[in-house]
Amino acid sequence: MAERSAAKRRAAGPPRPRLDAVAGGAAAPLDLDRIIHERVRLAIVSALAVAPSMSFNELKQVLGATDGNLSVHARKLEEAGYLECRKSFAGRTPRTEYALTGAGRAALDRYLAHMEAVIRAARGEGA
Amino acid sequence: MVQPLRRTPDPAPLHQRAADDLSFIRATMARAAPLTAVPGWGGVWMGGTAFVAAWAASRQSLPAEWLAVWLAEAVLALGLGGIAFVRKAQRMASPGLALAGKQFAGNFVPPILAGALLTPVFYRAGLSEYLPGLWLLLYGTAVATAGAFSIRVVPVMGACFMGVGAMALLLPAWGDPLMAVGFGGLHVGFGLLIARRHGG
Repeated sequence: MAERSAAKRRAAGPPRPRLDAVAGGAAAPLDLDRIIHERVRLAIVSALAVAPSMSFNELKQVLGATDGNLSVHARKLEEAGYLECRKSFAGRTPRTEYALTGAGRAALDRYLAHMEAVIRAARGEGA
Repeated sequence: MVQPLRRTPDPAPLHQRAADDLSFIRATMARAAPLTAVPGWGGVWMGGTAFVAAWAASRQSLPAEWLAVWLAEAVLALGLGGIAFVRKAQRMASPGLALAGKQFAGNFVPPILAGALLTPVFYRAGLSEYLPGLWLLLYGTAVATAGAFSIRVVPVMGACFMGVGAMALLLPAWGDPLMAVGFGGLHVGFGLLIARRHGG
């Protein structure tokens, strides 16, 4: 079981390091939103924060992501309630449109606030 | 002494990683914002005034009056486009749109300036009938280059303007109708498409 988990972790690549509140400060990790902390998902949410909606192909163009990678991460965000996905047809071509939900926007705001707090804390230490 | 097989680099300081994250978010927003920064409704307004200007210009008998009509239209249309751009950016309240606007303007302005400089040259040389072709061609170039990183319809619109401009250069007698097709029809058509699909 442990071996299988280790193999999974290796396949997923190195995880992004845990962010502690302030280096040398509190030992408890920041209450970071793990869903958004992942780079591709952070990019999806950031891109949708400046557009009312974007199609799958537009997001792919902006992020430079592959179809598979984008759809996997978009689904995770959708499951978390951060994205809204609308599927339609433009003629005979299927069109997938994504939009950020209120919860997604709030999650990005929280994440930005966390990052700014970390930077402010570091500046305060150095002063 | 036993050495580890792999040395992991020291992790970056916490605040540096946070700063990197913020830069990454800003860069992503800046890349995404131009996709929707172009104001569709602004294009529709510009198209509407161009139809009126084409009608008014076609009724002028003197080249100077004809030119005055189109210069007034250019000022009005660029003003309307600018207002629409700012209003869309304010409505979307996006930090990325300010950067996108600068990028768009940086690519849009040079061909427009070239057109502004060439206009008196063509007029004084008695080549006024070629001005519609010149204007459409350079405006199309401005839209195509400024919209290179925007939604696909924007560079396509620029290419259409360039095509109509090429026709106007080949058929100078059709200057005003082709100006109506380009600055009127293309603006309204593409403007409605952008407004419907990309947030106004």
